Amino acid sequence: MKLLAPNAVLGGLIIGIVGICALFGAVWTPFDPLKINFAARLQPPGPVYWLGTDEFGRDVLSRLMAAAATSVWISLVTVIAAVSAGTVIGLLTGYLRGWTDRILMAFNDALLAFPGILLALGLLAVMGANKYGIILALGLAYTPSVARIVRGTVLSLREKEYVDASRVMGNSEVYTMARHILPNCIAPLTVLATSMFGWVLLAESALSFLGLGVPPPAPTWGNMLASSRSFIGQAVWLGIFPGLCISMTLLGINLLGDALRDKLDPRMRGV
Amino acid sequence: MATSELLRVEGLKLNVARTGLEVVKDVSFSVAPGEVVGIVGESGSGKTLAARSIMALEPPAIRRISGSICFEGKDLAQLSPAELRRLRGSRIGMVFQEPMTSLNPSMLIGRQLDEGLALHRDLDAKERRALILDMLRRVGLKDPEGALEAYPHQFSGGMRQRIMLASVMLLQPALLIADEPTTALDAVVQRDVLELMVELTREHGTAVLMISHDLSMVARYTDRIVVMCKGEIVEQGSTPDLLRSPEHPYTQKLLAAMPRRLPKRDLPPSVPPIVEVRDLVVDYHGRQGFLRKEPGKRALHGVSLTIRPREVVALVGGSGSGKTTLGRAIAGLLDPAGGEIRFAGTPICRGTESWANYRLNCQMVFQDPYSSLDPRMTITDLVHEALRLVPEMGRREKKDRVREILNDVGLDDTFAERYPHELSGGQRQRVAIARALARRPAFVIADEPVSALDVTVRAQVLDLLADLQQRHGFSCLFISHDLGVVEQIADRVIVMQDGRIVEEGGRDTIFDQPQDPYTIKLLSAIPALEATARGGVRLRWRFDDMSHTHAAMT
Repeated sequence: MKLLAPNAVLGGLIIGIVGICALFGAVWTPFDPLKINFAARLQPPGPVYWLGTDEFGRDVLSRLMAAAATSVWISLVTVIAAVSAGTVIGLLTGYLRGWTDRILMAFNDALLAFPGILLALGLLAVMGANKYGIILALGLAYTPSVARIVRGTVLSLREKEYVDASRVMGNSEVYTMARHILPNCIAPLTVLATSMFGWVLLAESALSFLGLGVPPPAPTWGNMLASSRSFIGQAVWLGIFPGLCISMTLLGINLLGDALRDKLDPRMRGV
Repeated sequence: MATSELLRVEGLKLNVARTGLEVVKDVSFSVAPGEVVGIVGESGSGKTLAARSIMALEPPAIRRISGSICFEGKDLAQLSPAELRRLRGSRIGMVFQEPMTSLNPSMLIGRQLDEGLALHRDLDAKERRALILDMLRRVGLKDPEGALEAYPHQFSGGMRQRIMLASVMLLQPALLIADEPTTALDAVVQRDVLELMVELTREHGTAVLMISHDLSMVARYTDRIVVMCKGEIVEQGSTPDLLRSPEHPYTQKLLAAMPRRLPKRDLPPSVPPIVEVRDLVVDYHGRQGFLRKEPGKRALHGVSLTIRPREVVALVGGSGSGKTTLGRAIAGLLDPAGGEIRFAGTPICRGTESWANYRLNCQMVFQDPYSSLDPRMTITDLVHEALRLVPEMGRREKKDRVREILNDVGLDDTFAERYPHELSGGQRQRVAIARALARRPAFVIADEPVSALDVTVRAQVLDLLADLQQRHGFSCLFISHDLGVVEQIADRVIVMQDGRIVEEGGRDTIFDQPQDPYTIKLLSAIPALEATARGGVRLRWRFDDMSHTHAAMT
């Protein structure tokens, strides 16, 4: 068996760096990310301000680190919420079938008909823009697709003979679901969850870009990107670095997701 | 000699392109015009690859390393793609294993049959239609005109395979390659289709290359047999000679693995039955929508049977006869609409104490060892899980029991931490048997436990099952469509058709003096074997009125 796949190493490295920055950014940054210093407006990257400063003289690196903490936290909580809720709904509908399935899925499909970002926009307009609003809105927007995928997987798994075998052993339905069906959903779920982490990160950035995310002056990659637009001619680094953060994180997540799926499936090991 | 050969394969070598693994090693054989040749081998023997490479249809991952394939004196490797296409279909036809997928489901039968004719023959539409109708009538379709305007899904598997045969034979090819043509069909249908194939090809002087894992089928219909094992030809010769005195140990092993009747076992008479089923009725509900409700289908019409302790009762019947439904209902996987199941004298119903006891004492072995084991659990975990609900059993005791039962089924400690995908089909089925027997049940339902296995593996698993049954003394309901296997293992046989029991009785009575016409039909579709000296066998066909095939065999 090979030690680690190259995509796992690369993905892990990128996500590791982002993770460390996010952790660090939550407690310590080189400069105060909110402190305005008009003496150092729009400084290009240099020895003092490594990644330059923005239109208010705030250190870009410090802001990116603080933003990483916010973005990663929001995405993580959203994904966990969406995956848990979606898995429960998917398991219930897929395993019980009948009327439970029909009612829940009709509702689910109705939600699925809206583009996720539109749904989130609508909800945020009602609830007002803040961290928890974003989590709730994005969580709700992404739950239906998880439910769909889990339901589909469960529908095919419950016809497997090992599920019958478990019932013949006298195992309860709940045990069968937890022991035989749920673990076999893990592979598609991992891939979904990791790519969803990317989508949520992107959606959160998009919402911030549109001014519906975490309200300024608190930094997020999205609102930094948004505010850089007016200075793109004078200070190109203002747009490049947040953009780079978003795309590199997405790349890292996708690489890691693939590696994780292979790792979690015993059939992919050492063949 | 060279001029009288239709097909000559010489020194064929095929590799898996990426790993360089040799899958077909230096294979040479030939087919004369009008000759019926069988290639026999177990899964992984390379028989299908060898046959497909004749049509240059090997999968892209396979590369031909060396060897030549000459058809009608022309080397196929020298032909241009256009010439090759002209050859396919018009001179070499192919019938595939799966009649459900080898016809295009969205195309009318008439159009599909017309396709080949229009491409390869210079005829106008009217003449083609006449030819097609003629051929459809020939393969036994009752309403050929109607069939032209029908879709494949409107026909049964056997009918589809006939249509497939018709579409190939329309072009009157010089060679027909049949890759497991009847494996997906019932025994009775299988015989009809094969007989039709042999008749049709004989009429047109078409040579047949028949690929199969089923030695008895090949033996019956071929002039010559090629035996393949692990990519090599181990033996080839004329069918009667090869059966009478097989030279190679592998051929001998294959012949020895064919099921044969064992002496009758003595069972204590008149003991109370362990399982009793009375007037069991099972309905399948129709599909329900918001506005419509489709009618359901009754799968079992009041079936009654009894199984005594230590007895092996075989349940046989064609597909759709309800045998699997009956097994699942007795296992408690389906809720019957009526009737009663009694275990050790007490009726069982969900939620009572008798149900829990029944659950501990009734276990099941499933057909497909690839899907009956959870792929995420190790072998130990799988067997251990069966003991989870056994009351009053300590952790240590359970651990010992798992090891003991795994040893019983012939899997040593090195298998304990492996996952199912690391085992072969036969080993997986051993695990499934171990799991079913771990609780020491009094009653085991085995639903086609060996039909997914290769011939030699099947023989081993059957021996194992018989041995374990002898030692642990459980009763067994053995569901199978394979009468050869049933003849070997059963004490009593129950024949089902269309959700009803048509005949039941002791094994010897059923096999030697069947009363019901359906039983006779089933039995006449499979051969009986008689061992001869030098490790060979003689095939005997029960109730066979066709003396010409009989004479050819003996």
